[in-house]
Amino acid sequence: MSLKIAVLAKQVPDTRNVGKDAMKEDGTINRAALPAIFNPEDLNALEQALRLKDQFPGTTVTMLTMGPGRAAEIIREGLYRGADEGYLLTDRAFAGADTLATSYAIATAIRKIGPFDLIIGGRQAIDGDTAQVGPQVAEKLGLPQVTYAEEILNLDENARKVTIERHIDGGVETVEAPYPLVVTVNGSAAPCRPRNAKLVQKYKRALGVQEKAAITKDGGVLPYADLYETRPYLNLKELSAADVDADFSQCGLAGSPTKVKAVISISFQTKDSKRMTGSDNDVEGLVVELLSNHTIG
Amino acid sequence: MANFYTDNNELRFHLRNPLMERICFLKERGYADKDKFDYAPQDYEDALDSYDKILEVVGQIAADVIDANAESVDIEEAHCENGRVTYAKGTQENLDAMIKAGMNGVTMPRCYGGLNMPVTAYTMASELVSTADAGFDNVWSLQDCVETLYAFGNDEQRKKYIPRVCAGETMSMDLTEPDAGSDLQRVQLKATFDEANNCWRLNGVKRFITNGDADIHLVLARSEEGSNDGRGLSMFIYDKRDGGVDVRRIENKLGIHGSPTCELVYRNAKCELCGERRLGLIKYVMSLMNGARLGIGAQGIGLSQKAYDEALAYAKDRKQFGKAIIDMPPVYDLLATMKAKIDAGRSLLYQTARYVDIYKALDDIAMTRALTPEERKEQKTYSRLADAFTPLSKGMNSEYANQNTYDCIQVHGGSGFMMEYACQRLYRDARITSIYEGTTQLQVVAAIRYVTNGTYTNILRDLAAGDVIDEMKPLMARVSKMTDRLESVVNLTKENQDPEYHDLMARHLYEIAAVTVMAGLLVKDASSAPELFSSSARVYVNLAEAEVAKHASFVENFSVDQVADYRK
Repeated sequence: MSLKIAVLAKQVPDTRNVGKDAMKEDGTINRAALPAIFNPEDLNALEQALRLKDQFPGTTVTMLTMGPGRAAEIIREGLYRGADEGYLLTDRAFAGADTLATSYAIATAIRKIGPFDLIIGGRQAIDGDTAQVGPQVAEKLGLPQVTYAEEILNLDENARKVTIERHIDGGVETVEAPYPLVVTVNGSAAPCRPRNAKLVQKYKRALGVQEKAAITKDGGVLPYADLYETRPYLNLKELSAADVDADFSQCGLAGSPTKVKAVISISFQTKDSKRMTGSDNDVEGLVVELLSNHTIG
Repeated sequence: MANFYTDNNELRFHLRNPLMERICFLKERGYADKDKFDYAPQDYEDALDSYDKILEVVGQIAADVIDANAESVDIEEAHCENGRVTYAKGTQENLDAMIKAGMNGVTMPRCYGGLNMPVTAYTMASELVSTADAGFDNVWSLQDCVETLYAFGNDEQRKKYIPRVCAGETMSMDLTEPDAGSDLQRVQLKATFDEANNCWRLNGVKRFITNGDADIHLVLARSEEGSNDGRGLSMFIYDKRDGGVDVRRIENKLGIHGSPTCELVYRNAKCELCGERRLGLIKYVMSLMNGARLGIGAQGIGLSQKAYDEALAYAKDRKQFGKAIIDMPPVYDLLATMKAKIDAGRSLLYQTARYVDIYKALDDIAMTRALTPEERKEQKTYSRLADAFTPLSKGMNSEYANQNTYDCIQVHGGSGFMMEYACQRLYRDARITSIYEGTTQLQVVAAIRYVTNGTYTNILRDLAAGDVIDEMKPLMARVSKMTDRLESVVNLTKENQDPEYHDLMARHLYEIAAVTVMAGLLVKDASSAPELFSSSARVYVNLAEAEVAKHASFVENFSVDQVADYRK
């Protein structure tokens, strides 16, 4: 019994190590000051997928990520840990996507490269913190979903059902769900295994189309170029909007109903403190104040 | 995020040593595996790049997993129940992470599932693991017993055991007994041939066996009835799957709590002879010991590095008299001295590892084809250098680990004496390094003939004759003066024939040779990478010069009739 599993992963700026240069004057992220990393909860998701692969020989784990050319790094990281293949969904048409347009692009890609028994992603990305993409992908594909998963406890191949422990507010819930299924995994789930020495050596030269182009532009030479002929797995697959038959009006900025009105850089000053009671008056006053200074709303 | 490898440029420097090109070529048999295995290197640059990336993986595990578990492992310790050992929870997590990372059977050929990495790169991994938790390093790095099984076991044994080690099964070397510690010739564990079942059987007791409940054991036992010296001892492989060996107890130790030190009882345990009878101690254990001693050098450096990191961080943070204590001369003196000992010790450790790599790779090639006369000469040269340098590296780096962890507590002041800080654990863990796998005193015994026959002096003369950058020339000149002093003191002792006098002087000669060699190597490294080592080289030469003066003065002023004052 083998499974087909897709792992959704995102390359994000490392917002856990935010220094004073993290934001530019205009309120946008200063990507140069924040290294790009594998979204932490997506690593937890990858581990759940790899555990199923350990358990069910013949299972394939496919990485799927959306981003610019350099996001191929996410696919390599997956391969280093035991994933079998990967796709980088990349196109200028995808740029500026909010969660709706992102989930549209991912769902469209999954329809193209699938079907999968399980689609597993992290609960949320540390740059947006929305936790919307996983559930939206499930909705768009018409699949059931289990969110906030802590551990995939059991998979019954005959009944085609999985048992999952989820951590929810105030407790733990064990649920059973039929697959195909979308699962989003919490950061408190088992940490991802390390990179494997043999796989690192096998895949260290794997490159996406855009990465190769960046090396060879201006006459640069691609090191060990012949290996890309003899070892096809070193050529990481890229998918454009056209490749996945996407409707351009639903992609990127065009497909994103979210409009950013303004971005304001707010520095919280701990030195000002205010004491208030839980009375309706105080709470209302606080809400009004936070709304008016744009802390919320 | 911390990474013990990528954060350590001084360590990374040693991967780029010019001798690595020859080592990789030999180890990779001219890169013959490149089309047979998808993870084999294409050429030298590709090999180095792979080692660099693999060490990055280890550096990450060391920081994120092993270091994070070190305190809980120290407190929880390993347990023994019904004859079996259970590791502390953190130890098991560490082991699982290293197995998942494929870091087992690191130096073994690919055909057995290994990574075929040189000893030098493996030793670097061992240093990184030790920086995080020296006790766990024992559990993990005992995998290098497989080198001895690979070198002396038969083809069937290689095929049976090496893939299991590469898949993560653990190893132990069962040598010492209650009455046979440093003096292994006294080993009494009995090996008898069971004619009925056509196999060997082991009966008796072993003591102080590190990781004694391992999956695969190499056991030193007396196979020759009636013999009572080293020539009656053979080496055996015991497979835990066959049963017959139980752990009677785990020792309660000062340090390295995560590493279970076991008393083993063998009851008619089935085993296989490894190699030839009677060569157990004189050939195979010597091979095991040399590998282990290189490993203890790495363990010492790892502990010293951690001690330095902890002391440095504390000294920057701690304020007294209105300023950070790192700005005070007595404190920065301690720190600079620690750093210099680490840099010098590391130069010695990896120089030793490179020598080992070359002769071992040639030994291995010699198993499949005759070596050319040039290769035979090369093999002999590097084998002798490895024999000469291993006891220097083991002895000095373990003594330095003790000194550096002591100084780490000193920098912490009163807080360092409290159990809350990591420095107390480092201090306890370091203490064993100058004892096991041969005490420092036995390292002196192993090294002394290379002191008196001029091996170190010749290396030092070669170093001095080589080119160094202008900035390092005055330092190399001082190293040459130290070499002259070494030579003259050695000649002075040769005037006397009394063996006890020689044994008493040996430690002093060893110290002079060791610090001079380390000074020479560090000055050479500082010449290649002044940005990393020039200040350490200056500090170390000051220190080494003072040490040479101290020990030389001792020997020069010692007359043979004073031996009586020392003898009890």
